[in-house]
Amino acid sequence: MDEHLKTELRKQGIVATTLQELYNWGRKNSLWPLNFGLACCAIEMIAASMARYDMARFGAEVFRPSPRQADLMIVAGTVTKKMAPQVVRLYNQMAEPKYVISMGACAISGGPFKQGYNVLKGIDRYIPVDVYIPGCPPRPEALIDALMTLQKLIDKQSLTGADRPRHLQAEAPSEFIVPRFGAHDLEPPQNPEVWDAPLVNISLAGTDDAGKH
Amino acid sequence: MTLENIKSEMEANVPGCVLEIVGNPSPSGQHSLRIDPAHAVAIATFLRDAEHLRFDYCSNVTGIDWPGKEISEKVKAKKLVDGAEQEVEEIRKTQTIGHLEVVYHLYSMEKKHGPVILRMRTEDRAEGVHLPSLTHVWRSADFQEREIFDLYGVIFDGHPDLRRILMWDGFQDHPMRKDYVEPDDYEYEPTAHDQVLERARQHRTVMGAQ
Amino acid sequence: MIAATEPVRILSKSPTDDGEGQFLEVSMGPQHPSTHGVFRMDVVLDGERIVKLKPVFGYLHRNHEKIAENETYLGSMPYTDRLDYFCSLTNNWAYALAVEKLAGIQVPERAEYIRIITAELTRFQNHAALIGFLTQDMGASGTPLMYAFRERETILDLFESLTGARMMCNYMRFGGCRVDLPAGWLDHAKQFAATLPRFLDEFERLLATNEILMARTQGVGVLSKEFAVNAGVTGPILRASGVNYDLRKVDKYGIYDRFAFKIPLGEHGDTYDRYMVRLLEMRESLNILNQALKDIPDGPIVDPKTKIRGFKPKPGEAYGRIEAPKGELGFYLISDGTPNPYRYRVRSSCMMNLTVLEELCIGRNVADVVVILGSIDIVMGEVDR
Repeated sequence: MDEHLKTELRKQGIVATTLQELYNWGRKNSLWPLNFGLACCAIEMIAASMARYDMARFGAEVFRPSPRQADLMIVAGTVTKKMAPQVVRLYNQMAEPKYVISMGACAISGGPFKQGYNVLKGIDRYIPVDVYIPGCPPRPEALIDALMTLQKLIDKQSLTGADRPRHLQAEAPSEFIVPRFGAHDLEPPQNPEVWDAPLVNISLAGTDDAGKH
Repeated sequence: MTLENIKSEMEANVPGCVLEIVGNPSPSGQHSLRIDPAHAVAIATFLRDAEHLRFDYCSNVTGIDWPGKEISEKVKAKKLVDGAEQEVEEIRKTQTIGHLEVVYHLYSMEKKHGPVILRMRTEDRAEGVHLPSLTHVWRSADFQEREIFDLYGVIFDGHPDLRRILMWDGFQDHPMRKDYVEPDDYEYEPTAHDQVLERARQHRTVMGAQ
Repeated sequence: MIAATEPVRILSKSPTDDGEGQFLEVSMGPQHPSTHGVFRMDVVLDGERIVKLKPVFGYLHRNHEKIAENETYLGSMPYTDRLDYFCSLTNNWAYALAVEKLAGIQVPERAEYIRIITAELTRFQNHAALIGFLTQDMGASGTPLMYAFRERETILDLFESLTGARMMCNYMRFGGCRVDLPAGWLDHAKQFAATLPRFLDEFERLLATNEILMARTQGVGVLSKEFAVNAGVTGPILRASGVNYDLRKVDKYGIYDRFAFKIPLGEHGDTYDRYMVRLLEMRESLNILNQALKDIPDGPIVDPKTKIRGFKPKPGEAYGRIEAPKGELGFYLISDGTPNPYRYRVRSSCMMNLTVLEELCIGRNVADVVVILGSIDIVMGEVDR
């Protein structure tokens, strides 16, 4: 529908919309995060939900303690190898559609603790991540920005077609392998379905292939 | 009260104990006392209960790894060189066994003095890693001794619940030891080249080599 | 809420059990809204009653000690921020104090004052937030925590204008502090300190005589004096049991001997006393803060003789400890003369305080566990390190 006509109609008190818009509007404005903090970033997550930053303005203040009731997992903090199976299991327990924000340097790549023997070098080795927030810890404003980025991503999703989101594709996986504790490391150390070692070849820098993986 | 006084009192009250003062050259001046594991529990009980000492608070318990070192020393040896006997310098290498050490920092909450630092050594780093547990003297040693068991592999005899505490139960290594090698975890290399690029390629699963 | 790790099991009846029915083993955590992070308790229940409770941790074991052994002395300073991430400045101070002992470094007077100001602000916001979380665990959903975080945000603003970061301040250096106070900072701090008595009165009036709070905390989780000392419990929990042991008075580290302040002590050692001791400590912190803000002299903020680059202390060892908001935080360092410490050990107050958790909880109901754990005040970053 023509945008101009839509605005004109709205002035007259008539709302014209598509099912897709309505569907996305509903989902993006009621993202219920999982009440789940891992480390330092969780404190900034709490601060973001408090009075000063007030995440409730974006419809995301209802922190649910149960993964069954949550739409959004904010991986806030260092994921250790001892904790990784639990994180993946919680993700698997969440109902579709579900989204993941990887908050802070540790959840992205291990961050300052990446040299640690018990630190997982990024939660995206086991579960798909929608939005990454850099920072150690990211400020509450950064979390709000990530939330708005996620809302924009949701807004763009189409209900039909090949590029429809994962939860609308019957054959797409909704659960991922939960790693097991091995004698020296997690088994498997990463999930090849989700994560592939990124590679930037310096000799190809500047070409289209440089950042491809 | 000096460490010498405490040492002589302990020798008087715990018969047969072998004590040695370990000097600390740093400005902190916190000298410590090496005790023999066989009398450790008796020494600890004495320190805790003696009327004028009352070290009732064991603040810090920690392990230290001292791996075996290769010591090379120059030795003069006589050798036959071209038929004539000459004195030649040789480098002789000896390998020390190495040991694990456990350190206890004691304070007194009642008398408000301290610290007295106790040290114990294991025989080696492989089989003889048994030390007596002091958990029954100071409950605060409980978690810390478990942590040393987990990260260093010291086995505390008499500990009520000696399990891994920080790593998971099936884990087999002792990661705080100096010779621990952690599993190979590929990390993203922003500008991979040469060997790093080769290493990155080996970790790739989906795409072939570019 | 429960689960995520191991299934709930029904255990066969134990021979020592004289009650009816079977025991139930429940795994509380590591994802549980009341465990303050990734902490897990294996609880054996007889109905609602706790029979056995084993704390399980290590879910945030990020190998701080191992990393620090491969890092320079100064390079470990930012990692100390992330130990107890509520109180980065006191962590900095504990580490700086240990290194200063190891290398024999003196701290200029102005830097000592700045350290005390920041440490007492840290203590204030930690206790405020803790009381907020504790009451939230009891069902006061939001309001006290909102009040606490309102003040905390103002304190974080002060930290940010001083150090550049809200939480991870990385501010103290061996022999002083990193930067001097910015212009107008002291005035801001004084203005803010002037508003705190009103907040404290409000916070106290809101909660201290609240019937629900009293019913849920008085007589719950009683910790005896002797057991607290033997188990190495420190900080407000120890003092709530009536042991007069505060390192600010005992060790007189820094320049704490110049300030007049009292040490609040509890009488019963129950959860309510632990709550009340913290509330009173906030008043004493404010007292110290006001004295320090009044007396702070001009001068250098770092000892000019200290080497920042290529810092290599002589071989030896040192154990330095301070009274962090949660208890005694100690650093044990061994130097072998190289730029990296040979051994770097963090004596964590939270981990030691957890030693008593099982004894406090046995015989109580499940709901009390949450309150008792809340009053112990743990931060997993420091428990697991």
